[in-house]
Amino acid sequence: MVGVMDTASFKAARKRRSWLVGVAVRLVKEKPVGVFGAVVTLLLLLTGILAPVLAPYGYNDTSGPLLAPPSQKYLLGTDNLGRDLFTRIIYGARISVIIGLGATALSTLISMFIGVLSAYRGGVIDLISQRFVDAWMCFPGMILLLVMVSILGPGIFQIIIVLSLAFGIGGSRVIRSAVIAIKEETYIKAAVAYGCTDTRVMLRHILPNIMAPIIIVFSTRIPGVILAEASMSFLGLGVPPPEPSWGGMLSGAARRYMFMAPGLAIYPGLALSIVVFGVNMFGDALRDVLDPKLRGGVGRFDRTKKKKGG
Amino acid sequence: MTNYLIRRLLLVIPTLFFASLITFFTIRLIPGDVIDQMLKERESTNPGVDRAMIERSLGLDEPIHVQYARWVGGILWRGDLGKSLWSGTPVTEAILTRLPVTFELGLISLLIGLAISLPIGIFSAVRQDSVGDYLARGFAILCIALPGFWLGTMLIVFPAKWWGWSPPLTLIRFTQSPLQNLMQFLPPAIVLGSGLAGVSMRMTRSMMLEVLRQDYIRTAWAKGMREVTIIARHALRNAFIPIITIIGLQLPILVGGTVIIEQIFSLPGIGRLTLDAITTRDYTIVAGVMLFISSFILVTNILVDITYGLLDPRVQIK
Repeated sequence: MVGVMDTASFKAARKRRSWLVGVAVRLVKEKPVGVFGAVVTLLLLLTGILAPVLAPYGYNDTSGPLLAPPSQKYLLGTDNLGRDLFTRIIYGARISVIIGLGATALSTLISMFIGVLSAYRGGVIDLISQRFVDAWMCFPGMILLLVMVSILGPGIFQIIIVLSLAFGIGGSRVIRSAVIAIKEETYIKAAVAYGCTDTRVMLRHILPNIMAPIIIVFSTRIPGVILAEASMSFLGLGVPPPEPSWGGMLSGAARRYMFMAPGLAIYPGLALSIVVFGVNMFGDALRDVLDPKLRGGVGRFDRTKKKKGG
Repeated sequence: MTNYLIRRLLLVIPTLFFASLITFFTIRLIPGDVIDQMLKERESTNPGVDRAMIERSLGLDEPIHVQYARWVGGILWRGDLGKSLWSGTPVTEAILTRLPVTFELGLISLLIGLAISLPIGIFSAVRQDSVGDYLARGFAILCIALPGFWLGTMLIVFPAKWWGWSPPLTLIRFTQSPLQNLMQFLPPAIVLGSGLAGVSMRMTRSMMLEVLRQDYIRTAWAKGMREVTIIARHALRNAFIPIITIIGLQLPILVGGTVIIEQIFSLPGIGRLTLDAITTRDYTIVAGVMLFISSFILVTNILVDITYGLLDPRVQIK
């Protein structure tokens, strides 16, 4: 019996690995731009993790000359407090990674919780929770974020909470519709007939089968979260200084010195744009590969064939 | 149709109720020490203000359900959103004086966004997987990836550096000088519009792609119709309906964007009002703006839904 179990779990493990490998192979084969995005994402991760190793100075080290132009010593110049801009951009990646991953993970959990519960239980719970989600989505995200931050106060932890609530509640719709789509499948009915508890059905039977939409929600949400954090920091209601957030570096006192040192205006935004662009590309490619509805592009509207034919 | 309308409108009631609850409890969640801080901040300028006064103006001296009933009652019966905590101006008045600015900014941004996104999105779908399609898609993601506040900052810094041009600090009304007014609104509208264009371009493309694979399009091809006719008369008309929905869905993003853009280009609109109110902790204004914006978005969404039903005969309305 033990042996059988082992083989089974071994097979399951191998199947899961080959699924992941399969996705990776298809990504490389079909989506070259997505691979570029994956590289940018990976670079962002590594920069964030290795920031103290990569950065030539400390992020709040004010020992440099004020507003120095780019030089060998200060690759991108220094800011109005004499801090090395290059160093601060590297540490900014760290903030983006922490908040991007943290808030996205937490918000995906919130979406999963609301989405699965609302769709599986249905009835009154679904009706009420969906009206709440409706109402939540009527508020512009930016305003919700700013109001919540003004209540919780500034700080990385608070921002993660605020971002995950703002993104998680509205985003539960995608998960909900994924669950509704599979809820009537035979294997779910079988599990219920077997006498599985609701919790077990939801965790063991529904969750594994909506993994693809969950991954899509996760990967397509990261760039938005990173951008939202930068916007909040830009408005002075995000990561408090002197922590180097890319958005924060474009705001506050620095704005007065941008006319003297345009680098202060260019580079943090450039870093942010490249990262958001790359992660977006990666998320999109992943969605295209994972979503069966988007497969087999040309189909009935095959223009190449039409041209040959007529 | 009438039945659908009634049902749709009935569903608004619980949604609005939740929206008012979210607004109400957000304001109620303000920790007590914030009131102390408000007192300290305002001590020098406004010595008459004390804790009891603030609590009264926030209605904090009564049980919570009474507070809520009173707040909603004031809105429903008198259209009264309360008064600004510090300046004493009625919130409705503060919103109404700033509304035209945001409305104009939003409208121009929307027009710019559509003028960019529709042609490029359609082209991108019709020439799927061509070089042009890839360029268009790259451009769309670029529009999304470029943060509005960065683009805005660049539009402030570089024209000033190169040509000595900077946006006017005070609002020029359309009635004063239409041309200068447009000149003032154009740069921020371009920034906001490009963000919108990115999303709508992608949506237009995928909607068009979906439609282009339908049987009736194949039939049209088979009948030997010209490509322009097929795209304009058969495909676009069908793809247009979901596109309208998307424009409706982008409204919250547009309104959220004005918070940042109005700040950068010093335009005195609703977004600026919100940000100022949040930073000065003028919570009656914050609550008023939140409720106003959410109701506005809710109403637009319904209008979009109704248009959807009117435009598309296939939408079976029970």
